Amino acid sequence: LAFSIHFALLLALIIVFSTSCKAVTLEVGSVEVGYNDSSKSSATEDTSTSINGSTDGHAPSVISTLPIVTWKWHHIETPYLVALWILTCWLCKLVCELNHNVTSVIPESGLLIILGFILGGIIWGADKAQTFKLIPTNFFYYLLPQIILDASYCMPNKLFFSNLGAILIHAIIGTCWNAATVGTALWACYEGGAMGTLNIGPLQFLLFGALISAVDPVAVIAVFEEVHVNEVLYILVFGESLLNDGVTVVLYNVFDAFVSLGGLKINAAEIVKGIVSFFVVAFGGSFLGVVFAILISMLTRVTKNVQVIEAGFIVVLGYLSYLTAEMLSLSAILSITFCGVCCQKYINANMDEKSVTTLRYTLKVMANGSETMIFVFLGVSAIDKNIWVWNTGFILLTIFFVVVFRFIGVFFLNWVLNQSRLIPIDITDQFVMAYGGLRGAVAYGLAALLDEKKIPEKNLMLGTTLIVVYFTVILQGITMKPLVQWLKVKKATHSDLTLNGKMNNRAFEHILTAMEDICGRMGDNWWTRHWSYFEDKYVCRLLMKSDARKHKDPIFGAFHKLNLEDATKYVIEGERKGSLAFIRNYDSASVDFKKKLALEYADFITADVSEYDFGIDNVPVTSVMKNPIPSVSLDIHEQDRKSMPDDLSAHHLLDQHLYKSRRNNCPTYSRSHYNTSENPDEMQEIFQRTMRSRLESFKSAKMGVNPAKKLSKYPKKDSAHKPNGKPADPHRTHPYGDEDFGFSADSASSSEIADHFHGRSTNTPGAGVDNPAFIPEMDISPPMRNPPWQTETGNKTAVAPSQRAQGRLPWMPTNLRHLAPLRMSTHSTDAFVMADASLDEEAPEKKPGTHHTRL
Amino acid sequence: MGSTNSTLLKIPNVEVLMQETGLKLVAEENCLNVSPAHIIRLHDRFKALDKEGRGHLCPHDFGAIKELAMNPIGDRIIGAFFSPGKETVDFHTFVKILAHFRPVDKDRPKEPNSPEPINSRSNKLKFAFQLYDQDKDGKISRDELLQVLRAMLGMQVTDEQLESIADRTIQEADLDRDDTISFEEFRKSLEKINIDHKMSIRFLR
Repeated sequence: LAFSIHFALLLALIIVFSTSCKAVTLEVGSVEVGYNDSSKSSATEDTSTSINGSTDGHAPSVISTLPIVTWKWHHIETPYLVALWILTCWLCKLVCELNHNVTSVIPESGLLIILGFILGGIIWGADKAQTFKLIPTNFFYYLLPQIILDASYCMPNKLFFSNLGAILIHAIIGTCWNAATVGTALWACYEGGAMGTLNIGPLQFLLFGALISAVDPVAVIAVFEEVHVNEVLYILVFGESLLNDGVTVVLYNVFDAFVSLGGLKINAAEIVKGIVSFFVVAFGGSFLGVVFAILISMLTRVTKNVQVIEAGFIVVLGYLSYLTAEMLSLSAILSITFCGVCCQKYINANMDEKSVTTLRYTLKVMANGSETMIFVFLGVSAIDKNIWVWNTGFILLTIFFVVVFRFIGVFFLNWVLNQSRLIPIDITDQFVMAYGGLRGAVAYGLAALLDEKKIPEKNLMLGTTLIVVYFTVILQGITMKPLVQWLKVKKATHSDLTLNGKMNNRAFEHILTAMEDICGRMGDNWWTRHWSYFEDKYVCRLLMKSDARKHKDPIFGAFHKLNLEDATKYVIEGERKGSLAFIRNYDSASVDFKKKLALEYADFITADVSEYDFGIDNVPVTSVMKNPIPSVSLDIHEQDRKSMPDDLSAHHLLDQHLYKSRRNNCPTYSRSHYNTSENPDEMQEIFQRTMRSRLESFKSAKMGVNPAKKLSKYPKKDSAHKPNGKPADPHRTHPYGDEDFGFSADSASSSEIADHFHGRSTNTPGAGVDNPAFIPEMDISPPMRNPPWQTETGNKTAVAPSQRAQGRLPWMPTNLRHLAPLRMSTHSTDAFVMADASLDEEAPEKKPGTHHTRL
Repeated sequence: MGSTNSTLLKIPNVEVLMQETGLKLVAEENCLNVSPAHIIRLHDRFKALDKEGRGHLCPHDFGAIKELAMNPIGDRIIGAFFSPGKETVDFHTFVKILAHFRPVDKDRPKEPNSPEPINSRSNKLKFAFQLYDQDKDGKISRDELLQVLRAMLGMQVTDEQLESIADRTIQEADLDRDDTISFEEFRKSLEKINIDHKMSIRFLR
């Protein structure tokens, strides 16, 4: 559903198209020609248009006969074109990405623009007019919001806020500086006669300066993502580009109003009003964003039950914050920016991990998708004879001033900032910052919004804006990478997540605040600390689920993440070896044995198949053949006497916890998949058994079987689980092997066993022996060594031993030790294979015999 | 000007102090006659903390700072000001300790024979290290780590989790498998972290 929502947003509208149905169809055809090289399709479109003409409208008024199929282009025209354009643009991106050697030189955004030129050319060629172009409404309402939302949601929060001062100064003062200087300088040049005669007044120049001054986040992200500059530089450029969009739009609106008023009516009061409105719009928008962030965070506290659409809420509410700000004529971009930045921490904590991933991917799909479309359409829009009013002086001077004043502004502001910055901004970083002032679609959108009645030279401005965009995105984009390398700008150091790092970061923070306290000065750390104190006490209580609050600690979070990573690595490692062998570090030695065993397996299986020819299903047999190395820890050679307890306990664990199906025709056992969780009944039973064994182990631990350190941990856990578990009577006899429950003291769950095994094999070999849970029992109760099948022979009817054998086999080296002799007798082989086949009714009869011979 | 200079003269051994801590640089930048503002500012603060006017600070003087009491590892940090066995800290040591947190100045010409500046990376790290290493054996043991973690993590985490976090942390840093973190290992584990950024206070520049 989340996806449908975002698609609805995307699909809503993107392009404007011609009224003439014929022209539209032709273009669709031509787009396809351009991309699929199928001239055929255009032909079919051509013929289809004639049909279209006859069946125009919703339903033909007069029908002579019942039409079996009709051509209904008009019904689906809009969504069809939209979808087709989305597809085309995304295919462009695909084409770009496929040519990797090209993208390493020209940034993707530049390539997309160039592809847009080609597409535009095709359309122009087919249509003799530009029928598709980037319309400001579509850009501002359907393409831009998701990009900003994604950027702000993924913003490195801490970095952003710790550099917020610098970012704001650059965004506000820098943008105003650019707007004012570019505007006045251009006007001065115009007065000086550099551009011939134009119908532009000083206010219009200022308006143009305002729209051209915005550094575009879309372009900046696209270019800087590929260069990997250091994080402070990145956040400065990126944060500035995000925030100054809002500022530019505000400035634009103010100047636009001034232009409408006309030069004469502007007096001091109006100017003051303009300044006031600037602040109201900018800060009001930000404030609205924060309000929406609070709303979202509070909403995610309670969306647990509709987890499927949880992620959709954020997208929709984010979009609403944008629209609401627009409605109130506040800065929509600032609103959605702050909404994303502020809510990310809380929603990530509140929502399920899956929803967070969904949200992340949803936003990425939307943002990347519309970013691609913006660049392609920037290219397409250029191929239009109507917008090009060439004025060399104006265009060249604009480019010159845009670049020069950007440099001056950045260097000056950085110089001011460096006076008080703890870590000053390098001169090279400053240079890259200035050079990274890419203009993009926002400028174009604003230029396209200009009213031709008020500004007669709109097309000149539009054309110039496009040239500036191409100049910065393509030329500066291409040169950015070499420049960064040549200047030896500090690159981002990718540091792994370590607990040490996290812990010491925390310690350093404390140390610094303490030092500031001792010196009696309020520094940055004072603010950070007081905010975090306030946040802990009030904000989190309001915005976070209570259980999420507990886990938000970064150190703990890092710990959790590392553990997850370990688990994944562990599984991958285990699977690479062919199984999730719980015991590692034995692989080199056990290889030969495994091979040998595999051979033997293969031998006797083929023999058996030919001999007995079960004929019913060979699936398990083949599965054995395909995967000849059984998924077992067949590390018998390495298992010396000492590790017997482990084996036995594993054996017991599996005996107790593996599901024994009561249905004999229950499906096959696959060696490569350990799928116990398929059946809900199964889960239920496993759960109950686990609970029972936990209770028992708790009891046994309580009775005091060598309370060692390791053991002492478990009772606590168990007791915690006790109230949830079934009120099981520990004395209740259960069907199998109840006399040996002491064994399971340490085996409350298989994962714990796994932990234990792992720890033993990596750290201190043989440590498992010390585990007090079973050592005493081992010696006290010899019957333990009797495998449970003996005790349960009476229960045959309830549990198919074949199943049990399957469940047990792979995990029990003790048993496997006896495998070789076992296989000598035809009897047992037979039973063994049947066990794998898991189907035969004879198996229950034969099985006990087998085991006895084995023992 | 004269008054600041006279203030400066009241501070004992001011020349040596400036030499050692590098705080002198500030004075040179601000040209000739102007006093090293930082030292004076710190001296004022020192006098303010030293309520009884004894010329040295005791642990309880530090304890009187309200915010410091809130700091989870505040007592350790106070402890770092006092060399073992001593109950007092004079102004000289006070400034020297604080000088650890001066940002590294890049433009300072490197004199070949000069001793390592007090605000160098490894000195900053050493300061942090000794906060963990309470028994001063040059190693952070599991218990020492646990204590710090407990103080910093607070009530949110259970004891078992805390223990496994400590174990894991040691495992990460412990290169010679002795289940403790030596200073060398400590430094290695923080190699990628910009210490200069994280252990510097702006106004001591």
